[in-house]
Amino acid sequence: MTVSPPRIPPRAPDRPRVPRLRWNGWNLLLLVPLLSLLTPIYNREEPALLGMPFFYWFQLLGLGLGVGATALVYVMTRDTEFVVTDLPDRIDVDSLDEGSR
Amino acid sequence: MNDIKVTELVVFVTLFLAVTVMGFVASRWQPGRTLQHLDEWGLGGRKFGSWVTWFLIGGDIYTAYTFVAVPALMFSAGAAGFFAIPYTIIMFPLVMMPLLRLWSVSRVHGYVTPADFVRGRYDSPTLALIVAFTGIVATMPYIALQLVGLEAVLRSMGFNQAGLLGHLPLFVAFVILALYTYQSGLRAPALIAFVKDVLIYLVIFVAVLYLPIKLGGWSGIFNAAETRFAQTPNPNDGLLLNPGNQLQYATLALGSALALFLYPHSITGVLASRSRTVIKRNMSALPLYSLLLGMVALLGYSAIAAGVRPLQNAGTGRTDTNTIIPLLFDQQFPDWFAGLAFAAIGIGALVPAAIMSIAAANLWTRNVFKEYLRPDATPAQEARQAKMASLVVKFGAVVFIVGVDPQYSIDLQLIGGVIILQTLPAVAISLYTRWLHRQALVVGWFAGMACGMWMLYGIPNPASGRAHFGGSAYPLADLSFLGMWHPFDGSTRTIYVGLVALLVNLAVTAVLSLVLRQLRTFNGSDATTPEDYFTDDGDARIRQAMLASRR
Repeated sequence: MTVSPPRIPPRAPDRPRVPRLRWNGWNLLLLVPLLSLLTPIYNREEPALLGMPFFYWFQLLGLGLGVGATALVYVMTRDTEFVVTDLPDRIDVDSLDEGSR
Repeated sequence: MNDIKVTELVVFVTLFLAVTVMGFVASRWQPGRTLQHLDEWGLGGRKFGSWVTWFLIGGDIYTAYTFVAVPALMFSAGAAGFFAIPYTIIMFPLVMMPLLRLWSVSRVHGYVTPADFVRGRYDSPTLALIVAFTGIVATMPYIALQLVGLEAVLRSMGFNQAGLLGHLPLFVAFVILALYTYQSGLRAPALIAFVKDVLIYLVIFVAVLYLPIKLGGWSGIFNAAETRFAQTPNPNDGLLLNPGNQLQYATLALGSALALFLYPHSITGVLASRSRTVIKRNMSALPLYSLLLGMVALLGYSAIAAGVRPLQNAGTGRTDTNTIIPLLFDQQFPDWFAGLAFAAIGIGALVPAAIMSIAAANLWTRNVFKEYLRPDATPAQEARQAKMASLVVKFGAVVFIVGVDPQYSIDLQLIGGVIILQTLPAVAISLYTRWLHRQALVVGWFAGMACGMWMLYGIPNPASGRAHFGGSAYPLADLSFLGMWHPFDGSTRTIYVGLVALLVNLAVTAVLSLVLRQLRTFNGSDATTPEDYFTDDGDARIRQAMLASRR
């Protein structure tokens, strides 16, 4: 199968190698929600909230924790996204214009 | 059919027809140059923004079956059914980083399926075929399950006939779905997902605010549930987990979280998005659906408090607990509102069914048809093949539901979760490293599959009187190393089969990789480069790849 091998410009030999991983400490936050797997923390009835046992409202609250973690990582790593800009753009303006073809 | 609920039916049919029109019109929604290309038909042009992606993936993974089956599980098993919440709490943070890498590399190389990526990463059609095969096999019963959800609604509305007549409404609904998916591709479910989600949010929030007031507050609802669980002979139900099923609860949540984004239909939703930013935003925003799911789960207890008795399915003659949510709405709300709820569940079945059939069709087209049957197929031929395959997949699912006991699709879906996990080393770990050897990955897959199937086969279900494939909770005490060493002898705990099978798979793959690397066995060539995994929308490499693939 040819997975449509497009004309991907080869990496110029003099370009510095891109690291295989980009480490960012903020990403560690993504591990915090794993705490919700520790059932002994919340497998209890008290304290109840509005008649809802702890087991239930704590886990619903945990959803907020997960959202907080992913949202924070999104915001804090936004500026480090990396776009290849130093490769030659071998496309002429006409070919980018759908109407011209 | 003299007890058909007319008002509910009118609301249901009206909304269903509206959605059908949308499904056909969707082909003209932000069209690309041609629909005769797999990127267009199968991935909606790869240009969905944050909102569309949110609705699309939301409709894709929080399916009608989820909204019907999770409360049904709470209704019959109690706290154990709440695993869906920790499952979705950990899922999005876990998969965010790998999905970004998968999106980038797929965008650069024009990969449509996870198997395409494996093909490029290891230059191994065999490994790609295994991944594609696993994906198709795991997805098929999932599609059938959507029909189970849809049928639960139809039977609750009065279409509870025995034999073929009872399946007729389902058949009609699916023919319509098949036609507009054929016509519009991924754009159809993307557009319909808007309607489905607005309906679902509306219905659930009203139910969650209104039902506790009517049924004596949350404490009244939980007390009713506690009383009922105390009366049943089952030792594993109750408002809390017991020492025996806590490990199962946590491992099932973890295993399910790892499995969900390996399913081809979830990946289809991700690859259809426009940029890395869209994915990142969605990983934070999608849990809003989980909040909804948590509410829906608690409706299972509301059904206990309201004294709902599940309907007896006239087709199989068994009590069908999947009908409790439809019946709860039917009994507690005015007919027109129940009709809205039914439409929400019914349309909620169409969206994932469409995406799943598209994903399965993409796998077939890219990794079997083009790889082995017609290597010289043009993009247009690929698109035509995928459209035909999507029809076959959907009719297969209908025939399966009509001809075979629906219980089998539930069993098969259980198996599906275990087997899709076995593609984790090849798909997810390979996103980060090529240390695992391609031959070791194949052998590890076989080991994990064999182990998983063997364990599932050994699990009985006393409640339904079946000796095999009765669940996914395996007693730790029975775990042994080739029958010789029982490390957890005497334990009363149970564990999720999928995770054990994955560990076996990983162990075999790792050891064998070590050996093959020592022997310096060729590990295929890698079509990807490290920067492919960070590329984003607007990158020169992506635009050139796009133009090249159009020619």
